Amino acid sequence: MPNMSLTKVPMPEQEPNVRNKNFDEVAMGYTAEMAIEEATRCLNCKHKPCVNGCPVNVRIPEFVEQVAAGEFEKAYEIITSTNGLPAVCGRVCPQESQCEGNCVRGIKGEPVAIGRLERFCADYHMANSHASATKPESNGIKVAVIGAGPSGLTCAADLAKKGYEVTIFEAFHKAGGVLVYGIPEFRLPKAIVQKEIDNLTNLGVEIKTNMVIGKVLSIDEIFEMGYKACFVGSGAGLPSFMGIEGEALIGVYSANEYLTRANLMKAYLPEYDTPVMKSKSVAVVGGGNVAMDAARTAKRLGAENVYIVYRRGMEEMPARKEEIHHAIEEGIIFKNLNNPVKLIGDEEGRVAKMECIEMELGEPDASGRRRPIEKEGSNFLLDVDTVIMSIGTSPNPLIRSTTEGLEANKRGCLVVNEDTLQTTREGIYAGGDAVTGAATVILAMGAGKQAAESIDNYLQNK
Amino acid sequence: MYKILRKKQLNENVCLMDIEAPFIAKKAKAGQFIIFRVDEYGERVPLTISDTNPETGAVTIIFQIVGRSTMVLSQLNEGDAILDFVGPLGTATELEGYKNVCVIGGGVGNAIAFPSAKALFKNGAHVDVIAGFRSKDIVILEDEFKEVCDNLFITTDDGTYGEKGFVTNKLQSLIDAGNNYDLVIAIGPVPMMKFVSAVTKPYNIKTLVSLNPIMIDGTGMCGGCRVTVGGEIKFACVDGPDFDGHQVDYDELMKRNSTYRTKETHDRENCRMYKAADAVTGGAQ
Repeated sequence: MPNMSLTKVPMPEQEPNVRNKNFDEVAMGYTAEMAIEEATRCLNCKHKPCVNGCPVNVRIPEFVEQVAAGEFEKAYEIITSTNGLPAVCGRVCPQESQCEGNCVRGIKGEPVAIGRLERFCADYHMANSHASATKPESNGIKVAVIGAGPSGLTCAADLAKKGYEVTIFEAFHKAGGVLVYGIPEFRLPKAIVQKEIDNLTNLGVEIKTNMVIGKVLSIDEIFEMGYKACFVGSGAGLPSFMGIEGEALIGVYSANEYLTRANLMKAYLPEYDTPVMKSKSVAVVGGGNVAMDAARTAKRLGAENVYIVYRRGMEEMPARKEEIHHAIEEGIIFKNLNNPVKLIGDEEGRVAKMECIEMELGEPDASGRRRPIEKEGSNFLLDVDTVIMSIGTSPNPLIRSTTEGLEANKRGCLVVNEDTLQTTREGIYAGGDAVTGAATVILAMGAGKQAAESIDNYLQNK
Repeated sequence: MYKILRKKQLNENVCLMDIEAPFIAKKAKAGQFIIFRVDEYGERVPLTISDTNPETGAVTIIFQIVGRSTMVLSQLNEGDAILDFVGPLGTATELEGYKNVCVIGGGVGNAIAFPSAKALFKNGAHVDVIAGFRSKDIVILEDEFKEVCDNLFITTDDGTYGEKGFVTNKLQSLIDAGNNYDLVIAIGPVPMMKFVSAVTKPYNIKTLVSLNPIMIDGTGMCGGCRVTVGGEIKFACVDGPDFDGHQVDYDELMKRNSTYRTKETHDRENCRMYKAADAVTGGAQ
């Protein structure tokens, strides 16, 4: 008889007023008892709606059943048969719009906490298993992967498991992509990312860091080096700015820069040289997950007042509900239905004020969300010493501009065949944000999987 | 890890190193830069490439000791290695088609001016070099420059070597003497590039400057290096680092470069060229 509790077993978390002063992980994870209790809420539905909601088709009811039986290693094996980064996905996937969004238990009450259970299994395995992956027998065929983010790592893992000799070329000094430069330590500890990457190198994948493809080597030169196929997972790294007056003032950051300083370059640790502004009042412009990450990071770096300035309302915010909830708990002030029109500096060129205008919501626009409209004459000033622009990113043009025959659309996203993820050039595949524009970790992973499958088909039939 | 193949102290604060980076050595062109990280705790520091040797795989960098990373780097020796070295980044300087060029370096900026002079000279252009320094004891690359130009003019602010005065004085006198430059390249401290551009503007001489804003990744990802050029925001790491000297908002760049500096160290009063200009214009610059 399933556990008919209408709510999830609560996740132990650090107290908001403690955690907003440290970078330790907010959610502390289930104990074995909690995991078993939560797993018994699963009805083990025959039609498995949850699996359909998962971009990498994790066999959810099967693994949850094993958790309920206390067979955590078996559960882990079921998850990793389709998902190479469970410790990451369990933490950062938008489950409410994917697996959990389809869960029958969610119709009346809360869905099964699939994400928390996935995380539990991955953490359990990391803590208790010392068996490391080994390199499968090689088929001698070299494949190049460009970018060591979620799509590239997934694609590389799947190809390596099939016996390919995979090399990942990464532009930064560290592998992980957005998992290391973007998502903060308090949401995704970097030691966990590193373990997932170690798994990959154990599979025989070679990771070459400090290699900016398009600059140090072109894709054509990579083919000349003997690689037979190439996957481009170079992400959407170019930050957008608003184009308003004052964006070049000191103290105005892109979220990319602010988060990279804090996460990849560890500005919050005294032993690292990386500088970052010591701020008093920070305005983060935008309403996505990245904006939440930037705001919560600013709070932890010591800012007294941290504002989210977002032009639509709370309902329209693209950030995950959980992130918004955590941000509110930690004292982030939401200034919704406001839009910056101008940044004003002091005599030293440092940003001092943000002029905003109030907004109201009109008819739904192309995105289906109600269109924000300016309220004339409602301008007001906000005192700030730091502004973080978190209004989106677009793909880096470096690869498409140095690879002949690689087509991109108007937004700079690589054009691919939807079924195979092949680009407009034979042997070159692409996926993740480089194709979709800024999206989620799990969608990028799904694309990495799909591309690995296509690359295998292509090379086996060549 | 990237091995240090050669080390040469050029003056008390400036050091030359050849770093083993064969892929970069094969690809790099004049005007492009690398980013190094000396160890796990270091910043990512951009440095324009001074020279390359595709055969030995050596990439030459010349750096001034200004912070912890360059200090640590300067204490390493041949055979030691640094953690990260990535490049070649940025867009190469457009050097084709010029006949009569004046290349101007200021201080350690001469290290960056050098590869442009070398490439232009190799292309058959007439190349005059004005290498400016504060004083005789910090003069660098004199012998190297002599190999790659028609005339080398060294200026020192205090007159202890070469001609006394700023590079701008020398440039003005060369223009006055009838030199018809079709390109001036100026690389050095931001005020120097600003004032060189002010000298060439009335004559409409195309002027390229190499900018050095704060950056992290060097691939367009952080946006920290944004500069205003001709009223538009550009990312120096990918759109530059070379820009039309007549279009750059230098004052904004100087302010942005002081983001993490204490007020004292970037006071306008500390800049000798501003002082000189203020003396002439009464501070109206």
